[in-house]
Amino acid sequence: MSGAWRWLRHNAVNIWAAGAIAYLLIPIALIAVFSFNDPSGKFNYTWEGFSIDAWTNVFGVEELTDAFLTSLRLAALSTLAATILGTMIALALVRHQFHGRRVANFLIVIPMATPEVVIGASLLSMFLIYGISLGFFSLFLAHVMFSISFVVIVVRSRLIGFDRRLEEAARDLGATPLTTFRTVTLPLLMPGLIGAALLAFALSIDDFVISNFTSGTTVTFPLYIFGAAQRGIPVEVYSIATLLFAVTVAAMVFVTWQQRRAEKMAEVRPDDTDESGAGALASGRDAVSSAGSPA
Amino acid sequence: MSLRGVTKRFGEFTAVDSIDLDIREGEFFTLLGPSGCGKTTTLRMIAGFEEPNAGEILVGGEDVAGLPAHKRPTNTVFQSYALFPHLTVRDNVAYGLKRKRVDKAEIDERVKAELERVGLANEANRKPNQLSGGQQQRVALARAVVNLPKVLLLDEPLGALDLKLRKGLQLELKRIQQEIGITFVYVTHDQEEALTMSDRIAVMNRGVVEQVDNPVEIYERPTTTFVAGFIGVSNLMPGVVRSLSGEKAEVELEAGVTISADANGLGTGERCHAVVRPEKLYVAPKGMPAPELAADAQSVDGVVTSSVFLGTATQLVVELRGGARMTVLYLNTDEAKRQELPGGGADVTLSWTPEHIHLVRESGTERATADHEALARERADAA
Repeated sequence: MSGAWRWLRHNAVNIWAAGAIAYLLIPIALIAVFSFNDPSGKFNYTWEGFSIDAWTNVFGVEELTDAFLTSLRLAALSTLAATILGTMIALALVRHQFHGRRVANFLIVIPMATPEVVIGASLLSMFLIYGISLGFFSLFLAHVMFSISFVVIVVRSRLIGFDRRLEEAARDLGATPLTTFRTVTLPLLMPGLIGAALLAFALSIDDFVISNFTSGTTVTFPLYIFGAAQRGIPVEVYSIATLLFAVTVAAMVFVTWQQRRAEKMAEVRPDDTDESGAGALASGRDAVSSAGSPA
Repeated sequence: MSLRGVTKRFGEFTAVDSIDLDIREGEFFTLLGPSGCGKTTTLRMIAGFEEPNAGEILVGGEDVAGLPAHKRPTNTVFQSYALFPHLTVRDNVAYGLKRKRVDKAEIDERVKAELERVGLANEANRKPNQLSGGQQQRVALARAVVNLPKVLLLDEPLGALDLKLRKGLQLELKRIQQEIGITFVYVTHDQEEALTMSDRIAVMNRGVVEQVDNPVEIYERPTTTFVAGFIGVSNLMPGVVRSLSGEKAEVELEAGVTISADANGLGTGERCHAVVRPEKLYVAPKGMPAPELAADAQSVDGVVTSSVFLGTATQLVVELRGGARMTVLYLNTDEAKRQELPGGGADVTLSWTPEHIHLVRESGTERATADHEALARERADAA
């Protein structure tokens, strides 16, 4: 029994884990690395030399920049709409008793389970039937549609863990229902809303399949890359992708920090209610992470 | 403040059954009872979180029953405190004044004064989760009191604290109440807390008020078996009224003796219970009269089933004929006499002076209360 074998056995789990993480991250690292490549031809597939050309003039390729800006605009608008509508749906589902509530709770997850190709094809025929011309507006409708379910699920789980007595306390102190919502409900839901909005944004900005059906002549960032792949992808795509990745990581760190802070603040409740509160928060986080995985 | 025929039903279950209460201005008034007796529901109706199905809630002569919570002249200290976790202590306390659009300088001043009153002037910039349980409780109190409500409602405000802290805060609450002179309506299931703090107590059971009186009367002269049993140790001797002569009733006890006591409105043939508090009972070997008592003392025979040394007192349980168990407290003032106390199995005579016996009407069985409680919680949650 050699020492090396024992060392290997002892660290097998760590080695395995390191391998798995490498498998996940190498493709992303490669994008960052190739953003510094200096390809001689149209294709940025083989490493030929170091260059910062793609970084000194990131937004130099006009078509690419246009597509990227379209994507940002689309993501911002659809996120705003989906977050507002999704929050309202979640409030209705959690706070109000109405006929068909259980069915609605179930129906809300169906868009998440439906294959994107099917949604895309169906949206396309719907837009054609109703004479909605394909372009930015049809893309907006489609993106709001597929983001809402995720927003509802994230916000709903926060609402379930919400201590209604805080709202009673506000009412008791003279706040109207609207003021109660503005000064107590909304600030306390905010970490959940931010998480939901970032999720919707991420879903929108990298959507290809549904956008491909509903875009008409409008070109988004993913559509541009797909189109360019046949002709040769400019190195700037790698730079923008790297930027996007960095921003996403920063946003994720921010959301996690927000959730931690909310969790700590919620510890104010005395022992008898503490468990249910913490449990609901934890399940809220689970919903964020599980809903986040397809993105 | 008055409640007139206030009733609250959850489905077919009646949580509060047509109660009438008159609460005086500046009074420390306690609603006392086991969980599920309707005391919290009553408080929530006064606050405006529940709508009564019938009856009037008058605050300062005005019926507030139809008003939403934010328009009522009451403020609440919640059992869970319900402090706003995203606001500092100062902003929590200022919340009510801001809603009333009080001048900013005045808000600052009043909040500061209130935080000083509860001893939290140095914690004004902290968030609630950085405070201890006792401090959170004080913030909850300050947040309500700063608005100078006509009536302050307190829903088991000390329930989540440990015993030692609770004792200290009981006295502090009482001090603050006397200092500001606001009417307090206090809900608790802790009879000792109620006796310590209250000017008057309403004992509630199964949605009805069993008795309203000051702590001494409630303790010394309970009017129903429920009140007698819920406050202090239950020493009930069942019996039947055999005859009436003027104010006095002759009651034949199941334990085998007939005694005379104030009738308290009982009629001939009515079943009742005779109550004697443990510290007012004397125990002596069978047939020997207790030397401390006068000639008109009443007595009954029984058997000692247990004797426990408690430090300041010795507690004996004596079983009477018919099965009634009587608790006797002997204050350990004289060690020689304590050692002479009869032990387990001894035949003894219990005696008391006639002024310490008290007849009470039979009220609902205590056993039913547990089911009632579970049902009440279920309904309240569903609503």
